[in-house]
Amino acid sequence: MSEVNLRKVVKLFEGGVQAVRGIDLEIADHEFCVLVGPSGCGKSTTLRMIAGLEEVSEGEIWIGGTMVNDIPPKDRDIAMVFQNYALYPHMTVFENMAFGLKLRHFPKDEIKRRVDRAASILSIGELLDRKPKALSGGQRQRVAMGRAIVRDPKVFLFDEPLSNLDAKLRVQMRTEIKKVHQAVKTTTIYVTHDQVEAMTLADRVVVMNHGVIEQVGPPNELYHHPATIFVAGFIGSPAMNFIPARLVNAAGALTIQLGQGLSVPVPADRTARYAPHASKKLLFGIRPEHLTETTRTDKQNLAPITVDLDVIEPMGMETLVHFRIEGTPVCARVDPAAGAQAGAPMRLAAHMDQMHLIDADTGRVL
Amino acid sequence: MAPDGSARAIATPAPLRPARSPGVSSLERLARRRSTIAFVMTVPLILVIAGLVAWPAAYAMYLSTLNRRMTASVGFDNYMFMIESETFWMVAWQSCFFAITAVLLKALIGFWLAHMLHNLPVRGQRKWRGMLLVPWVIPPALSTLGWWWMFDPSYSSINWIINVFGFPDVPWLGHPWWARIAVIMVNVWYGAPFFMIMYLAALKSVPEQLYEAAAIDGATSSQKLFYVTLPMMQNIISITVLFSLIVTFANYDIVRVLTNGGPRDTTHLFATYAAQVGILSGHLPRGAAVSLFMLPVLAVAAFFILRGVTRRTREMM
Ligand SMILES: Nc1ncnc2c1ncn2[C@@H]1O[C@H](COP(=O)(O)OP(=O)(O)O)[C@@H](O)[C@H]1O
Ligand SMILES: [Mg+2]
Repeated sequence: MSEVNLRKVVKLFEGGVQAVRGIDLEIADHEFCVLVGPSGCGKSTTLRMIAGLEEVSEGEIWIGGTMVNDIPPKDRDIAMVFQNYALYPHMTVFENMAFGLKLRHFPKDEIKRRVDRAASILSIGELLDRKPKALSGGQRQRVAMGRAIVRDPKVFLFDEPLSNLDAKLRVQMRTEIKKVHQAVKTTTIYVTHDQVEAMTLADRVVVMNHGVIEQVGPPNELYHHPATIFVAGFIGSPAMNFIPARLVNAAGALTIQLGQGLSVPVPADRTARYAPHASKKLLFGIRPEHLTETTRTDKQNLAPITVDLDVIEPMGMETLVHFRIEGTPVCARVDPAAGAQAGAPMRLAAHMDQMHLIDADTGRVL
Repeated sequence: MAPDGSARAIATPAPLRPARSPGVSSLERLARRRSTIAFVMTVPLILVIAGLVAWPAAYAMYLSTLNRRMTASVGFDNYMFMIESETFWMVAWQSCFFAITAVLLKALIGFWLAHMLHNLPVRGQRKWRGMLLVPWVIPPALSTLGWWWMFDPSYSSINWIINVFGFPDVPWLGHPWWARIAVIMVNVWYGAPFFMIMYLAALKSVPEQLYEAAAIDGATSSQKLFYVTLPMMQNIISITVLFSLIVTFANYDIVRVLTNGGPRDTTHLFATYAAQVGILSGHLPRGAAVSLFMLPVLAVAAFFILRGVTRRTREMM
């Protein structure tokens, strides 16, 4: 069994930086878990504590039923892939991949068998005699993964493994990583700042911010049911719009007042949920993809609003339109055929089933 | 120099292959090529080196074929005389022994010091580094004088310390083997800081992540040293060793001040022996011949060391 448990883990660096402030996390056997968050939120620190490269200041880390706080990295049975690969420049690809096995005194033919198998999974069989210098970025990335695979460890740890690759290769290697995980099924903890990577790879995404976990859940749950304004804004691109709003209770029907003469009705099934919050400072949250042209008829609960467009950005398959509501910039995604024009008014439909209401003071999604 | 052409080529990046536009003279094209400009710009240095190195070397070669009064050529007689001289072979042996032992010790001690410094907290490091560099910045002729005084049979402070621990006096400069050890000690004392500073820079240039990767791969600290640190430093080590080998092999001042080649010529190196034969005994051509024997020895060492460096540079960097 190779589940990973973090219990109230804290990391306090010398000099008083509290990089991780009490994290609880249970990662199941075979799970692909992605830690995502903005730069400096403590993802790498968390991963490095799991690897044993940083000491744990407080709390406990368990790998496969063993408390590993005081166990050195080499005895934790983990393998790590670094952002800049960290391949040994003086060793060939084969030697790089074999190094961990050699230090563990594996027999020669077993080493060869494992390296060959990993090389064929990653299709780097013909590179085995080269030195890292003679490899492209993508090939180095594969070797770094190969070095992890041959060890057949309990856990794979990835720290932003694709950040040094160009955009096209990144997409390709993302698929590759997913394939590798489907092939070897090793428990994986993957750190990235890129929410698209997180969404596409993860069984479960852990969103971190300022050293704490904001939310844990499968990608779709984070997208549809963010728990906090941070998660709501972090997941999805372009980011969710947040518009200051007031709840108005008129004869049992709730409406959301977005500004002078601009209001949208709360869906009936949410009235009871939102009613107690009428007096609070609120934010109306809606994703650009849920603000569309009005011609769509396939959806329920469309609320029409009319806005004056500032800027339009044609993207090909869709057009992004930008406008302001009471000074707050808002973005919507409309059909390129909807005839959006900068400087002209446009009628948009807000998909109220997909709306979120956020307590502006606590940042919680209501 | 073609001032017009080269000035233009520096201002705008010159294409590797000059554009063959009509009306541009081939001289101007030549001047525009990067390699030409590079060569032109290094000419002053080449002249200096030629004046200070090539000319004296060539002159020494010419000199070594003359007779004592430098009036007539004797061909290779001076070399033959040396090859048949017992003292010369002792000098050759002592030069090799001295250089190899001293360089080995300097490399080991320098590496050890560099490691200690590297693992010191950053704040303490500067202070220690400065202090450890002191032997290297004092002119060796002066510091050797200090050592000479410490080795002096009547006032030796080193012997005094040895006596404190209950051992008898050591005849530092009076006995061949002790004298050999003494010159090596002083040379190591003087040269180890150079290795230390080179190795320290090399240690700092090994990416931290390689050690982390090695730690996860299961390496102990000594395995990290052998499989990561040393291979990563191999080029610096080679170049430092080569450089030091040349300088140590050709050492003059330490032996000159400390033992002046004695006792009974047992601590002479090529350089001090050449000076003794050429200047003190007044046979300049023979002295030149002695010093020229260093050339093939060092050339062979340089060839093998630099070949390794080039290969590793091509493969790793
Ligand atoms: N060795 C260190 N010493 C002090 N502070 C550190 C150290 N490493 C990281 N930090 C700080 O801890 C915080 C989290 O860093 P990190 O885990 O690397 O973030 P990221 O989520 O971008 O990977 C940052 O504020 C960073 O400055
Ligand atoms: Mg990071």
